[in-house]
Amino acid sequence: MTEWLKSVEPLTLKGQIAVPYTWWVGETGGRFMAALRDHRKILGTKCSSCKTVYVPARKSCGRCFIDMEEWVDIADEGVIQAYTIVHYGHPVQPAKPPFAYALIRLDGADVGFLHVIKKDLDRIKNGLRVKAKFRAERTGTILDIDSFELM
Amino acid sequence: MARRVAIVGTGQTYHKSHRPDVTSREMIKEAVSSALADAELTIRDIDAIVIGNMDHFESINYVDTYSVEGSGGVMKPIMKVTTGGTTGATVAIAAYYHVSSGFFDRVLAIGFEKNSESDTTGAIITCSDPVWDRFSYSGAIPSLATEATAYMEKYGATQEDAALIAERDRGHAMNNPYAHLRRPLTVADIMASPMLAYPIKLGDICPRSDGACAIVLAADGIAQKITGKPAWFKAAAVRHTYTWFGDSTDYNKGLVSMQRASKDAYAQAGITKPVDEIDVAELYLPYTWAGLKWIEDIGFCGPGEASKFVGDGHTHMGGKLPINPSGGVISTNCIGATALLRVAEAAIQVMGKGDTRQVPDVRNAIATGFGGCFWSDIVILSSERP
Repeated sequence: MTEWLKSVEPLTLKGQIAVPYTWWVGETGGRFMAALRDHRKILGTKCSSCKTVYVPARKSCGRCFIDMEEWVDIADEGVIQAYTIVHYGHPVQPAKPPFAYALIRLDGADVGFLHVIKKDLDRIKNGLRVKAKFRAERTGTILDIDSFELM
Repeated sequence: MARRVAIVGTGQTYHKSHRPDVTSREMIKEAVSSALADAELTIRDIDAIVIGNMDHFESINYVDTYSVEGSGGVMKPIMKVTTGGTTGATVAIAAYYHVSSGFFDRVLAIGFEKNSESDTTGAIITCSDPVWDRFSYSGAIPSLATEATAYMEKYGATQEDAALIAERDRGHAMNNPYAHLRRPLTVADIMASPMLAYPIKLGDICPRSDGACAIVLAADGIAQKITGKPAWFKAAAVRHTYTWFGDSTDYNKGLVSMQRASKDAYAQAGITKPVDEIDVAELYLPYTWAGLKWIEDIGFCGPGEASKFVGDGHTHMGGKLPINPSGGVISTNCIGATALLRVAEAAIQVMGKGDTRQVPDVRNAIATGFGGCFWSDIVILSSERP
């Protein structure tokens, strides 16, 4: 299999691309982020056709293909629907392992909200109630919520 | 036997340098909603979707799934097709194949780009081979500038000859409410603009825009029920040459991919004298010299004749063969949408919906896409059912 290595020098070229991005959050996403940052509030939007309440708030309902105008206050607590506990580290992850990613059905919403749980990992179970812990210094990102904690 | 196919609706955003008010998928929805409204259809009437944009431009690689809220692709067959700058024309042609095959009756084709979200040059260099070509022609301008100097030397065309192309297109953009740059630009302005890579100056090159475009295609028998004036596909041709910059173009020979694609397209459409038989052209001209050299390659005039052909006003509004009534790429360049805008604008001309940018009595319209490493796509649309 590797016989050819004896006759050919396996040269490679090392490189990387580093493309900077600035993604516009948009008017709808911006209102959601500002509410997190300024009022520690989680906002959703409700479809006037299928009545689904989405969180984070989004501009249109994909299934009904209509824009959503109705804003809804969502609770900062809810129920764990599903989770995993992460044991490996990676720069892209928002916390040092071990920590949990959880889908949380916040009170007042019809869809899961994806976030992290950092404490009491040995007690996590589907169906347990959790509450958002906001960061003291908030900048208008989804990580203005530091994590969710078991209640 | 393939089915006949027509474009029955078009939609586009008001193109801008940046759209902070919407995300990509929200911007896509604006174009799709407008195309559906134009065809008087709803998303439920759509059987399948083809979508495309530039790889790495927004760092969202699975745009077919990412975009469903905006494209209307929830639980529908949706595929991403990406071929570089030609993407917009390629999604139109892929959608044409979808309908022509008989598998789908009504198909949406979508192109979009938010150039404001990334570094265009940083992203675009990923089109070139990392080992051999990426160090040199980094981005679009140097390779085009090399082509321009070869053309100037061979035919004696001047920088002023080229600048007239941008003056023409930017003048045409004044008639298009959707165009990004709606300020006139004169030959003198272009000559005075900063040199980027000789002979390309700032005024010679396209802008970076945020925008989206969508078109609705329908099969023969259905298209006529949707609109009284469908824009029928008479031809679609795709020619992609090598990715090695040195191989893909003999700069002195011309844009070979466009020569071959147009020859194929004219044969499909039964066109023998393009200038006499085509009423309007929406050409992907990303810089001014393309408006000279490439109209020779597409057969609008002979080699070396473009400066006179354009100078005589044949390609201005009111001329023998108006080019880019929309203002073209020099005025608007949301890259993944750019070639689809050419197809959409050609359809608008055939359907007679051009309003202040309408060319009178359009029977045949030609649209081109340019991209990758000197690649060409060509579409010919007609008011006559082929």
